[in-house]
Amino acid sequence: MGSLKLQGISKSFGPVEVLKDINLEVETGEFLVFVGPSGCGKSTLLRIIAGLEDQSAGQVLIAEDAVDHLPPSKRGIAMVFQSYALYPHLTARGNMSLGLKQAGAGKDSIAQQVQLAADMLSLETLLERKPSELSGGQRQRVAIGRAIVREPTLFLFDEPLSNLDAALRVNTRIEIAKLHRTLKSTMVYVTHDQTEAMTLADKIVVLNEGRIEQVGHPLELYRRPANRFVAGFIGSPKMNFVSGEAAAAFGAAEIGIRPEHIALSRDNGTWRGVVSHAEHLGSDTFVYIEVEDIGLLTVRTLGETICQPGEDFYLTPNTEALHRFDASGVSIES
Amino acid sequence: MRISNRSLTRSALVHLILGGYTIIALFPVILIAINSFKSRKAIFRSPLSFPDTDSFSLIGYETVLKQGDFFGYFLNSLSVTLVSLFFVLLFGAMAAFALSEYRFRGNTLTGLYLALGIMIPIRLGTVAILQMMADLQLVNTLWSLILVYTAQGLPLAIFILSEFMRQISDDLKNAGRIDGLSEYVIFYRLVLPLVRPALATVAVFTMIPIWNDLWFPLILAPGEETKTITLGAQVFIGQFVTNWNAVLAALTLAIVPVLILYVIFSRQLIAGITSGAVK
Ligand SMILES: Nc1ncnc2c1ncn2[C@@H]1O[C@H](COP(=O)(O)OP(=O)(O)OP(=O)(O)O)[C@@H](O)[C@H]1O
Ligand SMILES: [Mg+2]
Repeated sequence: MGSLKLQGISKSFGPVEVLKDINLEVETGEFLVFVGPSGCGKSTLLRIIAGLEDQSAGQVLIAEDAVDHLPPSKRGIAMVFQSYALYPHLTARGNMSLGLKQAGAGKDSIAQQVQLAADMLSLETLLERKPSELSGGQRQRVAIGRAIVREPTLFLFDEPLSNLDAALRVNTRIEIAKLHRTLKSTMVYVTHDQTEAMTLADKIVVLNEGRIEQVGHPLELYRRPANRFVAGFIGSPKMNFVSGEAAAAFGAAEIGIRPEHIALSRDNGTWRGVVSHAEHLGSDTFVYIEVEDIGLLTVRTLGETICQPGEDFYLTPNTEALHRFDASGVSIES
Repeated sequence: MRISNRSLTRSALVHLILGGYTIIALFPVILIAINSFKSRKAIFRSPLSFPDTDSFSLIGYETVLKQGDFFGYFLNSLSVTLVSLFFVLLFGAMAAFALSEYRFRGNTLTGLYLALGIMIPIRLGTVAILQMMADLQLVNTLWSLILVYTAQGLPLAIFILSEFMRQISDDLKNAGRIDGLSEYVIFYRLVLPLVRPALATVAVFTMIPIWNDLWFPLILAPGEETKTITLGAQVFIGQFVTNWNAVLAALTLAIVPVLILYVIFSRQLIAGITSGAVK
């Protein structure tokens, strides 16, 4: 129960095909994250699951039932939006109880549900306020409360944190992770922030131009990206890509090296380059080095590496951790 | 110091221009109002002076209230205006919602078709309208006016409202759908309150031409029972003699209801006009 299955979902807006044959299965209690660049169809896919948009082809199954003919309110889902989307004329309590009221629940059970959700999100003191009297973070908590109250089999989140400032984003992210642990419900979460994806997900789905590039556990995607796109998308700072002779030496059209897998030295190494910029974050340092015949490479070193623009360095890639791609961008298994 | 001086001059200039415009705009209205309280002789002798003990006279108002069913005309105008206004806002908002919210074949074309009426004056169709009303036996009924005015007001209403409704977040409507609200509830409870300033704008722009119209009442409903106030005031304008006291009094009285309606809508109107500028 509670699982979600997508079978051959496609979606076109006029002549533009934004989703192409999406097949996916989500286990009960799993936290699934869709990531991908802007415009790749994440929100569209989520809206199709919710029933807010009709797919051009394919089937959506929630808890083993085909729900294609059901309106959003009958699919057993709840959704949290980026823009909070609270009803401006209702209090926080009214916002949270409207769905149950529409479904015909009794007054007592509604009050009880709202109380429960309010406890979970520490909203007790805010229940009688209108959305205009709440801060952004509080509004998003009310919106999450509105979702919890419905006791859905499936939670849908569409970039719920992107309107919040950095500190609140971290707090709310932790809150959502906790929520998932307590409620044990299936959650589908859309984001283009890969920190959110990596920290929250049991399983990440990387989308690109309406296609699934890879599905897997966050660390699996990090360690064994299926292709060049996933390799470049997961991981921060971005993986370095090197093509040409340097790549041919490893028997690939292109090789990828993560910034943390390059060793710096002043004396000797495989490549030689000039520091063009350095970012000191305290815990680690990102050094951008211009290497002859290869281009700009990012190197991540632990701690405070002291270096100035213009200095010469030798770089040595860790060949164990190298990713190799063929001419079409697919990973070559070693 | 210099900057604040300059902005002071600038704001003085702006106020001067706006004040001047206000005076020009209000002058005829005030002229009508003050002269309606004067005797006929005083109106012609010194039309610009305020009524004093000598020239003060309520003869115009007395004539108006005695002659004809002036109160009836008043009610006719008011009911035609309010009912038309109601229909324009209701149907205009519904059409605007459909056009802005749903994707269907011919959406853009329908929108353009509905907006066509902004450019083509409805009076061009007067003959056809008269024929149609005659066939429907609606001549000399208030309904003939209400139908025509509703048709006249809809294009602009749909145009303005659909623009405003496009700006309402999809997420809010979608949240309503997930909570099981019907499309009607979403329209009435979520969307309409959010476009209230636009509704007020449309209401003012619709109401004033309807209230002031002389053309259609004259053609479609000239009967005693259905006369509107603008038509009723014409009684006093004769071919040879015009009872100016009565005309001015009738016009002054006619201003009052629109003024009241305007005051009701104006707060929202200002919010609507500035909503794009101040966010
Ligand atoms: N109603 C629509 N009509 C036409 N095209 C649309 C419509 N909605 C979305 N699209 C197109 O579909 C594509 C996918 O949009 P979608 O909103 O799903 O992207 P997204 O992955 O959520 O992007 P973001 O990260 O910016 O939110 C985009 O190219 C967009 O232009
Ligand atoms: Mg999106």
